[in-house]
Amino acid sequence: MILDSLLPATASTYAADIDQLFDVITLLVMLPFSVACYLFFSFIFRFRAKDGEKAMYITGTEHRYMKWIHRAHYPVLTFDLIIVVMAVNVWYDVKQDLPEKESEVRVIAQQWAWTFVHPGLDNTLGTADDITKVNELHVSKDTLYHFKLESLDVLHNFSVPVFRLKQDAIPGRVITGWFEPTVTGEHDIQCAEICGIGHGLMPARIKIKGAAEYAKWVERESALALARHMEETSQPLEIAQR
Amino acid sequence: MAESIPVEEHHGDPAGDHGHHEMSFVSKYVFPLDHKIIAMQYLFTGMFMALIGGFFSYVFRMQLAFPGMEVPGWGVVSPADYNALVTNHGTIMIFWVAMPVLIAAFGNYLIPLMIGADDMVFPKINRLSYQVFLVSAIVILGAFFVEGGAFGGAWTAYPPLSTKAEYNLTGLGSTLWITAVFLEFVAFLLGGINFIVTCMNSRAPGMKMWDIPMVVWMIVIASILFMLSVGPLLAGGIMMIFDQNLGTAFFDPDRGGDPILWQHLFWFFGHPEVYVVLLPAVGIVADVMTTFSRKKLFGYKTVLYTAIGTGVLSFTVWAHHQFIAGIDPRMANVFTVTTLLISVPIAEMLFVYIATLYGGSITLTTPMLWALAFIFEFLIGGITGIFLGASGNDIYMHDTYFVLAHFHYTFYPIAIIGTYAGFTYWFPKMFGKMMNDTLGKLHFWLTIIPFNLIFLPLFVLGASGQHRRIYDFTNYPELAQPWQQDLRILASVSLCVMLGAQVLFFYNVITSWMSGKKAEKNPWKANSLEWTADSPPPHGNWPEGLPNCYRGPYEYSHPDREEDYWPQNEPA
Repeated sequence: MILDSLLPATASTYAADIDQLFDVITLLVMLPFSVACYLFFSFIFRFRAKDGEKAMYITGTEHRYMKWIHRAHYPVLTFDLIIVVMAVNVWYDVKQDLPEKESEVRVIAQQWAWTFVHPGLDNTLGTADDITKVNELHVSKDTLYHFKLESLDVLHNFSVPVFRLKQDAIPGRVITGWFEPTVTGEHDIQCAEICGIGHGLMPARIKIKGAAEYAKWVERESALALARHMEETSQPLEIAQR
Repeated sequence: MAESIPVEEHHGDPAGDHGHHEMSFVSKYVFPLDHKIIAMQYLFTGMFMALIGGFFSYVFRMQLAFPGMEVPGWGVVSPADYNALVTNHGTIMIFWVAMPVLIAAFGNYLIPLMIGADDMVFPKINRLSYQVFLVSAIVILGAFFVEGGAFGGAWTAYPPLSTKAEYNLTGLGSTLWITAVFLEFVAFLLGGINFIVTCMNSRAPGMKMWDIPMVVWMIVIASILFMLSVGPLLAGGIMMIFDQNLGTAFFDPDRGGDPILWQHLFWFFGHPEVYVVLLPAVGIVADVMTTFSRKKLFGYKTVLYTAIGTGVLSFTVWAHHQFIAGIDPRMANVFTVTTLLISVPIAEMLFVYIATLYGGSITLTTPMLWALAFIFEFLIGGITGIFLGASGNDIYMHDTYFVLAHFHYTFYPIAIIGTYAGFTYWFPKMFGKMMNDTLGKLHFWLTIIPFNLIFLPLFVLGASGQHRRIYDFTNYPELAQPWQQDLRILASVSLCVMLGAQVLFFYNVITSWMSGKKAEKNPWKANSLEWTADSPPPHGNWPEGLPNCYRGPYEYSHPDREEDYWPQNEPA
């Protein structure tokens, strides 16, 4: 719809649902707003002071006038109900429901950088081939990810506008959520919760790749991660051999 | 309402403890007991703070429009400067402008005059209230001059950023910030007690509960809401000061505390606070609108019930500020329902106001223009709130400029438009002179048009994904598109025009005060009791004896009368 053009591109499974909710709310609030504006301005024009004409005496308790106020509640309540049902449905899908994961990623926020830990070839976090990147999140298109969000110091907020995703990171907690990218490309990640003087300097990028390209990237990076791990754990031996 | 009421002996002797001796300048203007002088102290302090808050917004808007520029009057805006400016702009505009002007200044000035009393019930508590408030204002501004500078963790002050100096880098500044807020709340608790007690006990003989002018009712309801909501935040403030300075860990997750606790305490106060400042503005608009449309307020009790209903509901919606803050996601459903329910009484209130115009005889004086603008602009603020109260949509909109534009469309009509409506309406009573209407209207248009040009672009920017409190958007490729920068420049230039237009206002106030046309007692031909006192009223308000009240305040254009108004004190 036309209204969507205000919003950025979409790149996740639920982004379109949120955009649709935005459209419906816009339409539903514009209706009473237009009526109210029409009455407001037409009354000001129609009932401007004229010489020798006295204003009406209406207390606002008369049924014939009051019924107009009462009747206005029906559309307001109906619109509220529609918005609540739609909003709760979207909310449930995005935040309450946790679909089965195909992969996962750890997101660590700190003053003022993002660290993203990707699983290596074994597709499990917490193993030696994990790929750690700063301010770069690499994901594969059409894969359902769980993210595990944590913070090392203050509150931050992991916001990916093209996903329509946003979640506070809280020190001392790990918050799990999900997303599934639908389009390849490169987009902004913002921190959306003030986190100190470097809050404006926490831009990160999300790189959504096709499955084949992502697999190649994982292969290369996890081999490097493994090599680094071995280098670190067997350091004394290597030095002796030299 | 028109039945005659026997004239009773007045409570107290109006001239007994007032005005019978000449007072020195210091005791009259520096340590006053007169409610009108205390109101002026609040008003002028609030206006001074508004100039500072406005200056801050000018500095950070210039930085956003032209990143890295040397802002005239400030210099280059560093990230630390930027954070301190936005934080204190928000804090000052709400706690040191909206609160003192709308509640304290109008409450102090209008309550005794509109209910026909010679002063507040507790004049000394009243004086103490202002003194504590003044100290709080000095503390919040003083924070800019201490080591490390002023606090920059946003007006919501979420811990651990606000509690740990190693994170916010403004150890002293953040303690001074929370101390100032704490003192300010103490001041308004003292003032609020006074307003409630005065309105309940000092009404003119014959003035029943349904004869109280709407603005007085609204300030009293606002004071009650404030008293009920502020407790948790005062407790939270003490916990924050302890966390910052004494090593406690209420909000420190490393030692068993919970940072989310502060958010609950803050917003349990913070959301009712919106209505605390909204209600006085709504009351002012009711009085101004009825006077200049010569109409009885449509559904007096309906307005009152919607105000009370909104107030009660406002205690049940606070977590809509925290949908994505890490609260249990199931709670969002509950708070979505309660939040959208608020649209029912608020919509009814706005409908009733529009209905008041129906059948009126409307004159567009300067105060009336402000009052009408309040309704229109607040309507926009109200409907854009629906987007944010709907949890599903808030996942995307939260903490974007859409939120910022939304609450400026509520707070600006409240704090600025509502204040101008009240100030221009009661100026003749306050200063005994008429304001220049042409200058007043010029000031109105030069304020209202730029206001919309500031915040309408910000809705668009917010929808495009622009987040708040980021000092330079060019760091983000998706926010650095030329059309977005153009909108930012439009908003900032409009802000400069709007701030510049305020010079007209101050010029108008000063010249009208000095050499304006002398105001008679009742220049607007209004009904309520303050218009029966001299302009300006002397100490004690009615030295010749306090008025009686015979009817409600909105008996305009009554069919039984030739005159189109019917003062409350006129015997039937």
